Amino acid sequence: MKIHEYQAKELFAKYGIPIPAGKMIHNSEEAMETAKEIGGGIWAVKAQIHAGGRGKGGGVKLARTITEVKEHAESILGMNLITAQTGAEGQLVRKIYIEGGVDIAKEFYMGMVLDRATEVPVMMVSTEGGMEIEKVAAETPEKIVKVSIDPLYGLQAFQIMEMGYKIGLHKKEMKEFYQFAKKLYELYIDMDASIVEINPLVLTTDDKFVALDAKIAFDDNALYRHPAIVEMRDFSEEEPAELEADKYGLSYVKLDGNVGCMVNGAGLAMSTMDIIKHEGGNPANFLDVGGAASAVTVAKGFEIILKDPNVKAIFVNIFGGIVRCDRIANGILEATKVTNVTVPIIVRLDGTNSDEASEILENAHLNNIIPAKDLADGAKLAVEAAGGR
Amino acid sequence: MSIFVNKDSKVIIQGFTGKEGTFHAQQCIDYGTNIVGGVTPGKGGEHHLDKDVFNTVKDAVAQTGADVSLIFVPPAFGADAIMEAADAGIKIIVCITEGIPVKDIMLAKKFVEKKGSRLIGPNCPGIITAEEAKIGIMPGFIFKKGNIGVISKSGTLTYEAANQVVKAGYGVSTAIGIGGDPIIGTSFIDALKEFKDDPETEAVVLIGEIGGDLEIQAANYIKEHFDKPVVAFIAGQTAPKGKRMGHAGAIIAGSAGTAAEKMEALRDAGVFVSESPAMIGESIKKVMEG
Repeated sequence: MKIHEYQAKELFAKYGIPIPAGKMIHNSEEAMETAKEIGGGIWAVKAQIHAGGRGKGGGVKLARTITEVKEHAESILGMNLITAQTGAEGQLVRKIYIEGGVDIAKEFYMGMVLDRATEVPVMMVSTEGGMEIEKVAAETPEKIVKVSIDPLYGLQAFQIMEMGYKIGLHKKEMKEFYQFAKKLYELYIDMDASIVEINPLVLTTDDKFVALDAKIAFDDNALYRHPAIVEMRDFSEEEPAELEADKYGLSYVKLDGNVGCMVNGAGLAMSTMDIIKHEGGNPANFLDVGGAASAVTVAKGFEIILKDPNVKAIFVNIFGGIVRCDRIANGILEATKVTNVTVPIIVRLDGTNSDEASEILENAHLNNIIPAKDLADGAKLAVEAAGGR
Repeated sequence: MSIFVNKDSKVIIQGFTGKEGTFHAQQCIDYGTNIVGGVTPGKGGEHHLDKDVFNTVKDAVAQTGADVSLIFVPPAFGADAIMEAADAGIKIIVCITEGIPVKDIMLAKKFVEKKGSRLIGPNCPGIITAEEAKIGIMPGFIFKKGNIGVISKSGTLTYEAANQVVKAGYGVSTAIGIGGDPIIGTSFIDALKEFKDDPETEAVVLIGEIGGDLEIQAANYIKEHFDKPVVAFIAGQTAPKGKRMGHAGAIIAGSAGTAAEKMEALRDAGVFVSESPAMIGESIKKVMEG
């Protein structure tokens, strides 16, 4: 689960991680007042959306007068912000964050993430603050200093010093840096974060470390023990169809093609997308009906798939293990009663109770249901039904 | 021969009396798996599916001599169940539970390693040695006995692969679903090492997906140490970047973990890489017939 910068900064403040003075607002009227409250002579006006790359897309602007704060607030609020991470459709800006300026001496990057190769958290720092970190990692990996942290012992002082000296800090800056890193690790572990990033982390002219940006995502599996984090969820940032699917235990991701897919299991669902492409078609979505699929959830799946007007055919590809094929067959019939399915449905059911399933479908005598004998056959039929290659 | 489990494995079920536990325990019993009992705290002394129920894994091990455990507890108790099994001396711990926090598994895995046990999963379909022991949730009838080992990150793709192998005229020695979470107990390499020494296994099907680098590690291992033929398929060739595809691990961050990278590394290691998920069986036929 992702949260906004202003929410991440609230958490930072709670953990004693220094942030500049700032406040989230919903309208430009509040902008001037907020800037006055914060004081100083420079402010940042920042769009609050979940995607990164806001600066480049025009969603972060600096203001040197109170009037400029208002102007920037007016231009950013309500804009459709397109960044490298939003996709071409962009994201509507509903909230902005007004933040006081700090006197920057140096900019760094600091991040924490699970290293899947070593299966422990790593902390990363770099002198290339403010840059796109993926680019730094690809082009000049030596500029990123990483330390692996044994979760049984936690982040050690020697590791923090190793990072500090490698990014060119002096002894006088080390104590502050130590506190900063320690608190960030504490937050990452306590909150079951999956990623924490600060870009840039700045060293001010009076030797303080301040988080100028804040990005946190959480392990969805651990949300049950963090009710306060769950409260922070901003549904307006999420794809409505994906949210709707989630309510019924379905995992749905919208794509650009015209072959709707309903599959059990993430791996088989991805493979189904792959084989549709392989056959010259384009998948309209990823949809994993999960292990607890019932007639109701399957019907819901159809409804969600059919909300996408691009869908010209639906490929149901089920290999029954936990999911029994007869349930899926009933779901298909249920769906055709509830939703008016006008597109062809190509059905491939294999595994547990597949014979019963075939019987159920046959006895229903529906002319837009096309049975497929295996995966390859199903993909081919689905691509053809959707209008061919 | 086979790997990790066979007809002599003495299996207990943790979360025995729950809905999922009950359903799948019965399926395992019907398959012929040697289920010797189950654990549900508070129900010790009762009987369920004609087997003894114990309060703790320790009690179950003491009474039955169990050496394998199959876990169906809710995610919040998953890591604890794994550690309890390891502490009681269970050698192979198969965790089906989906949704265990990464932090919990990170610590539980270290605990299991210290105890010298092996964890398979979590969030996996389990392991099956064809016609001997089904310790998981897979539809057993697909897995006809034979000489092909299967290692897979994905549940339903494992069934798909086994089905194709059988239709191509071959059979399965052991099929193991390792799970698709960011941290898993048994990696491709761990399973490959076992298949290497298993005389019954003549070739291996390896099914990976986008995210992480376990497939790359496996490719490096195969190149250096594994001389049986390997067929591989990587799911998610067409998955968009930055989108999570159901499995917590199946997300491409930046350039790392793409299907293309993995397929290239595997090809470079001499693996026969199937581009279509429907060609796994045909591919096995090709490598077996030379």
